[in-house]
Order: sequence, then structure tokens, then C-alpha cells
Amino acid sequence: MHLKGDKMVIELSGPQHIQNKEFVAFRTAEQDFCVDIMTIREIRSWTRITSLPHAPAFVLGVINLRGSVVPIVDFSARLGLPALEHEARNVIIIAVINHRIVGLLVESVSDIIGVDPETIQATPDVASDTTRNFVAGIITIGDRLVRQIDLENFIPDTDSRM
Amino acid sequence: MALQVLAVDDSRTIREMLTSCLTSAGCEVVVAQDGVEGLERLSGAQPDVVITDINMPRMNGFEFISAVRSGEQNRHVPILVLTTESADDLKHRARSAGATGWIVKPFDELKLISAIRRVAT
Amino acid sequence: MADRNEIRDTFFLECEELLEALDDGLREIDGLISTENQDPETVNAVFRAVHSIKGGAGAFGLEDLVEFAHGFETALDFLRSGKLVANAEMLRVFYRANDRLLDLVGAARDGEILDPAESSDVLAALETMTAEITKDMPSDTPISFEPMSLDFDFEAVVTADAPGDHTNYRIRLTPKTALYIHGNDPAHVIRALRDLGQVRVAIDPTTIPSFKDCTAGQTHITWDMNFETEEPEHVLFEVFDFVESDCVLQIEPVDAAPDAIQLASSAQDLEKEPPAEPVNPDDSAAVSLSLVPPAAKPASSVAAPKRATVRVDLERVDRLINVVGELVINQAMLAQCAENAGITSRDVFATGLEEFKQLSREIQESVMAIRAQPVKSLFQRMARIVREASASTGKSVRLVTEGEATEVDKTVVEKLADPLTHMVRNAVDHGLELTVPRQATGKPETGTVTLSAAHRSGRVIIEISDDGQGIDRDKVRQIAFEKDLIPEGAELTDSEIDNLLFLPGFSTADQVSNLSGRGVGMDVVKSAIHTLGGRVSISSVPGQGSTFTISLPLTLAVLEGMVVDVAGETMVIPLSAILETLRPGHDAVHTLGTGDQVVSIRGTIVPIVDLAAAFGLRSAETYDAARVLLLVETEGNQICALVVDRIFDQRQVVIKGLEDNYGHVAGVVAATILGDGQIALIVDPDTVFENLQPIQIAPERLYASEG
Repeated sequence: MHLKGDKMVIELSGPQHIQNKEFVAFRTAEQDFCVDIMTIREIRSWTRITSLPHAPAFVLGVINLRGSVVPIVDFSARLGLPALEHEARNVIIIAVINHRIVGLLVESVSDIIGVDPETIQATPDVASDTTRNFVAGIITIGDRLVRQIDLENFIPDTDSRM
Repeated sequence: MALQVLAVDDSRTIREMLTSCLTSAGCEVVVAQDGVEGLERLSGAQPDVVITDINMPRMNGFEFISAVRSGEQNRHVPILVLTTESADDLKHRARSAGATGWIVKPFDELKLISAIRRVAT
Repeated sequence: MADRNEIRDTFFLECEELLEALDDGLREIDGLISTENQDPETVNAVFRAVHSIKGGAGAFGLEDLVEFAHGFETALDFLRSGKLVANAEMLRVFYRANDRLLDLVGAARDGEILDPAESSDVLAALETMTAEITKDMPSDTPISFEPMSLDFDFEAVVTADAPGDHTNYRIRLTPKTALYIHGNDPAHVIRALRDLGQVRVAIDPTTIPSFKDCTAGQTHITWDMNFETEEPEHVLFEVFDFVESDCVLQIEPVDAAPDAIQLASSAQDLEKEPPAEPVNPDDSAAVSLSLVPPAAKPASSVAAPKRATVRVDLERVDRLINVVGELVINQAMLAQCAENAGITSRDVFATGLEEFKQLSREIQESVMAIRAQPVKSLFQRMARIVREASASTGKSVRLVTEGEATEVDKTVVEKLADPLTHMVRNAVDHGLELTVPRQATGKPETGTVTLSAAHRSGRVIIEISDDGQGIDRDKVRQIAFEKDLIPEGAELTDSEIDNLLFLPGFSTADQVSNLSGRGVGMDVVKSAIHTLGGRVSISSVPGQGSTFTISLPLTLAVLEGMVVDVAGETMVIPLSAILETLRPGHDAVHTLGTGDQVVSIRGTIVPIVDLAAAFGLRSAETYDAARVLLLVETEGNQICALVVDRIFDQRQVVIKGLEDNYGHVAGVVAATILGDGQIALIVDPDTVFENLQPIQIAPERLYASEG
């Protein structure tokens, strides 16, 4: 499933398979990632972002989400990958991390995958620090390799500024 | 028919407790926060029992009871006085003013109902 | 029983009010000590407050609280009855008891347990006060009411009391007229007995006079009862509690079976029996208190009747405030749509929209008012801080409060407690001199700390002032230099020196006293006030004292601001900070050395700050006359000129915090949502300025009034 267009907003429903854990898979910087569906509130189309002064490069700014001020993080940049070219077809995944609402700007959302937690492989030791910090495990679906991201560590300091 | 009770106390906590206890025992409760308001509530009404605190601003319990007893409409209404401890001094002063009986605080539902039963016709 | 927790909440809420009344009352009593003429209603109110706390606490089994309140109440009762006369020492104990009561209530509410030592100390002090009186008092308090006509044969009844045993009693009850006057009825007694066991009742016909001897309003009937019960004796006596003083009563246990007792007549139907006997209203012998008709009794206090209130969950109010905030934003969006669509102001639609705007504003203001709270409770807490500080420093201090009724947003009141506590402590600790130096300079021995609150041009101004020694500027300067806060020989104005106190890591105390030295400096105070959208400033006159002035927004929900364009970004500058907007000619702008620019305004040099550059939106550019300068005043009374590209509008904006989902951003107080749904940042001139210029060339204040 790809999301395109201006006004498309998809509200995700809860898990349908009981044994399997569900993840929202998305693509950015030519790699596949996924996050626990329970941390995701909704997916929104691109909207204009108000930039914040003195913010880290990966914080693009803030948007108005039905009256709340929500910071938007460039997912690729956060992982140390090249920042996303800002395009209208990009989507924002609204996640709740430690009671804070954060938007993750990614290229596109691919699908929802149900995975038996047993089959998730650990991140290999060869990975760099950044990778190990965020990539909680690896899921293989056919020849597709999906990096499972742990959002807990994604937003550094929960108390003050990012 | 449900017993009608007028509860007079300046403490909101006690008023709420009385209301809660009495309502769950099936009584109809009207509250007032001092003697003056108590008399206002009594005019035109004929409750089955009146419960009153002693220490209240504007018009205290003694004055309130005396006023009720000297009025026409409710001079025979049973009046129970709320006292904090079984202070005989207070009981007797309340009695002199015309109280029917007393309820010692802290009260529980049983105590309250039994006291009312003892005076309500 | 309904929700006990709810009633518990009510109790603690009521405690807050009672404690407030107590504090008020004590201060009033304190103020009248010298006159030795106390207002009895005040003393009564104080007594009642403690009494009510005790009553409620008892209902919830809060024993510590009950015990303490009881001790306190006893002492207050002595004051009330005139056995004690208020004096300064007594008031000190009362204040201490007041503070302890506050702590106990708080602890009870939070389910904490306090060290009992302080309670015992205070109770002992209270007891000492009353002990003097009690020892002179006869052990039996004379009571002025009719003697009890009990006719118990105690000897006889004490013996028979084995549980489970049936005991038979013979009961003879002769009511007095008072029994009926008091709303009692032998029928009630009989009914209560029936609940406890078997009862047979008869009227003794020999006691009934012949009809011609009957007196209206007199009672003539004597009741004989046979009562069989398993209940212990005291339960039986309880039945007669209410009537025993209004009748002649005989109770005696009998061995014989009930049948053996010959009743004078057969048992009667209890439900219909007996009819209440007529009572002559003039026969009021039993009523010893004078009967005053209610109308003739003037209210003994002038206290206005309480206005009706509704208690609402704060969450509900906040939800309402949020929704109304959305409504206001929505209204702005609509207005913008109308403008974009080219609808002129003469159009009926535009008129309707204007009305809608007015209504939205009105709703918003009304909703905000719900959250408003008088600063009184806050000031009362400060009274305690002053007492504690006074006790630990040995300085005699008087707290004067003004404008307690001034209302501020509830959150502001709550969040102000810590900074205010610190400042009040500071005022006593550092501001006021010790008694001896005060005397030497001819000042009154007792120092005065004044707390005042007032509304001024849409903001709340809170001032903490002392009549102490003022700021020792040489010392402040010296310390700042030693701590590397200023360069040697820096030329500073008095106001700049005073403001050094707000720098992080500054403390003037020679030794860290246990009062102010709690690891917080004035910098923390300043930033706490800052997060409330407030500012704090200081003024001081050597030898006469210092004044700290806190200026706060009335509400944390909306702000009057100027909407501006900063390098393509729309931003809002709080109107409260703006002194003036200007567009100076090129000849007024000068470049200093490395490119810093200043503008000369009526002879004063003011630094220019390019907001866009400060926010990293573009590199610093030289001032372009097409842009606009906003003259803003910072907390330290410093003035600077912010460069913006364009001014769009001046309007009220709804404040949306950045902290919830992000964090604090330097130079930004908060954000708001504009009519087009976009977010605009609200600029904080103080921190923009601070980040750029640590110590500025400081012109004296240009203008006396704020913009």
C-alpha cells in the first residue's frame, strides 16, 4: 500500500492476528523499516512544516495536528542516512513515544506485516553504533529485509530538548 | 413514604456524608449550612426529622433549635444534635434548647439510622 | 453509602477553605492583640475551622489529625470563652499549631505519616497555655440546665449481665412535659425496646387524674413495661439516652418470668399509642435558653452569604478551554477565508463573522475566568514562610499583604509558590537587617516584608518588597567578579549590578544559611517565572530596601501579540514586550566595528538584533530600511531593537506549548496556530537577546511606561 496525494489520512486499526505481532513497514533512503503498530497513531500526507530554531538537523520543525504542536523528525537523517528530499509524496507517520507525539517523515508506507516474534533475528554485532541503537531486530520476508526500529531510543532525551 | 430529613451543618463534608448515608437508607434529604438557612428550609416544609450541628456561623445549633421550638409549624419535630464527642455539657445544653436526641460524630450509617429510628414517628 | 472517596475529596477541599479561614482569623486576632478587644465572631470562626476539621477527620478515621485538632480546639475554646486573652506569645503557638495542622491535613490527604514529634511539641505548648487555667477551675464545670431527674438503681442493675442470658427488666417511665416539648415520645422508646427484645406495656391507671384535674399541656401518664432481652445492659440504657432527663425512670432487673408480673392493663397496640399530649406553648419552663424569633436575630457576623458554587473536575475545564481555543483559531481561519474570497467588511457575511469573533472572545474570556483563582492562598503560604524564616534568623518580621483578591490562572498560582517562597525567604534572610543594626539606623525593630498583587494593563503584577538594607552593590560586584561573571573593571549601572543576582551560580550569603541556601539561586527563580510567561525585575535603594517585581500574564492560554514576518516565517512577538515599532532612516543606524549595528533613538543608542539571523534563518545582514524595528524591553530593563521584515497584524493568539511533545527552544516561548492552520512560533525577546549578548551596553530606561 502506497500513500499518495494531498489529503490522504489513514487511521490504522488494531492487530488482527493474535499470535503475530504487527508492524507498519515503510521505505526511506532505499531501505525497508518497520515499527510496532501499537506505537503508531496515524499516517498523514505531507504538510507544510514550521521550522524550529536551534534544533538538531534531523528535527524538521513542527506541524499542527488537530490543535497539538507535533515535532517532525526526518527518519533517514535521524539514522545518519541522507536526509529526505522534501516532496509532496512523502508521508508522516505519527507515533507516540514515551507519551510524546512525534511525526516521522518517511518516503512511503509499504504495508502492515504480521510477524511471529520468534522469527525476528537479532541485529548482528557488525552493525555500527547508530544501527545498533535503533535497529532492534531484522525481519526477512522472502528476499525483503526489514529493519525493525525501536522508537524508545529514537527520541534521545525525553525530558528536555531533543 | 420516605422519611424527610433536614440536615443542618456548616461543614460541607458532613453535609455530604449525611446526605449520602441517609439517601442510601431511603430518606429524602434537604441540607442547610447554618441555622438561618435551616429556618428558611423549614418554612413551609414539615420534615420528619431535623439533624443539626452546634457550632455554626450566623446562627448556631442552640439558637436554631430554640427558634424551631418556638415556631408554630415544626415545634414538635424531632431534632437530633450532632456532637463531636459525647460531651455531656453539649448534650445537656442542646437538651435545654429543645433537642430530642444526639448523634455522636464520627457516625456511621447504622448509628445514624438507629438514632433517627429512635425519634422518627 | 455513595462514593466515600468523593466525600473524602470534599473533606480535603473543605479543609483548604477552613485552613484559609483559620489563617485569616489568626491574623485578625494577631492584629487586635494590642487593643485587647477581640471580635468574638473571629474567635468563633477560628474555633469552628479547627472544630470542623476535627469532625471531618473523625469521620475518616484520621486519628493523628483528630488528636491534634482536638488539642488545638481545646486551647481555642479557652480563648473563645474568655478564659484566655490573646497575646503575642499565644499567637506564636497558634500559628505553629496552624502550620502543623496544615501539614497534618496534607499528610492525611497524601497518605503520608509525619514524625509525631512536632505534634507533641505543639500540643504540649497548647496544653501549657490552658493548664494554668484548668488547675484553678473546679473539676465539675457548673452547667446551667435543669437537674437530671434520674432514678436509676445502679447497684441493682450492675450485677445482671451475662451475654446470651435472658434478662427481665421492670421499667417504669413517667414522662415530663419537656419530653414532648423536645420532640420525644414514649412510643419511640417502646419501639426501640421492641427491636431489642420482648416488651409488654401497660399504663398505670392510678396515675391518671380524673378529667377535671387534668391540665392542658401537662402529661399524666405513667408507663409500666416488662422487658425481656439478651442484649447487655448498656444497650438498654442507650434506648433511654434521649429521654432520661425528661422523665422519671425506674429500671430494675427481675428474676421472675415476664408472665409473673401483673400488669395493670393489657398490652396495647404500640403503633397507635400514645397520642402526643397537647403542650401549651407558653409552658416553656423546660427551655432555659431565651427564645428569640429568627427574624429578630441579626446575623452575628457581617459575612456575606456564600455565593453558590459548583465544583467541577479541572480536567473538564481544561478540555473546555482547549475546545474554545480551537474555536477561536477556527474563527480566525474563517475570517481569513472570507478575506481571501474578497468579501468586504460591508458584506452581511463579514458582519456576521465579526459578531462571531466577538462571541468567541467572550466565550474564551468567560472560560478563562473559571480557572482564575485569588492569590490569597499563595500569600497565606508565604505568611508561614515568613514565620519560619523569622524564627530561624531571629529577626522580627511582619508580613503585610495587599491585593489578596487579585485573580490569576490556577496554574500560575500553583507554579508561583516555589519561586515566591524563595524570594520571600531571601527578603527575610538577606534583605532585612538584624535587630541591632536596624535600631542603629533608626528603623523600627520589626522588619516589614510586603507582598502585593494587582492587575495592571492585562497582566498581574506581584511585588515582594522589604524595608531592609537594600542591595550591597559593591559586594555584588565583587562576588560577580570573583565568580568570573563580569570582567574586571566592567562599567555597570546600578540596575545592571542588581540584575547580576539573577545570573546562574550567584549567591551573596557570607555563609550558606539553612534558609536560602537550598541549592536554588535567583536564576532558578527567574527561569521558573519565565516559563510562566512572566518576568521579574529588581529595584533597590541602599538603606531603604529592595523590591522584586514579577509581571505575569493573566492566563497561560492566550496572549496578545504582533504577528510578523521573519525571513518568510510567520512569528508572533508578545505585545507586552513591545515598546514601540519604528522604521528609522539610514542616518539613524550605525555600524560598530565588526558589523554590529545600533540605532540612535532620541539620543539613546540601542543595539539592533536581526531576528532572522538569531534564529538561523539567514546570515546577518545590514539593516535594510524596508524592514521594521520593534523596540522591545527585556527583563533587565534593557532595550533592543528586533528586526522583522513586515508586520502583519496584531491579535490575540492561543498559546500552544512546545514542551509537551518537544521541549524548550531558546528564543521561543511557545507556539500558536494561525488562521491558515500553520504553526507560528511566539518569540521570547528576553532569551533571543540573552543568547546574543551576555552583557550589553545598557542604556537607562528609555520610557517609563510599558507599551
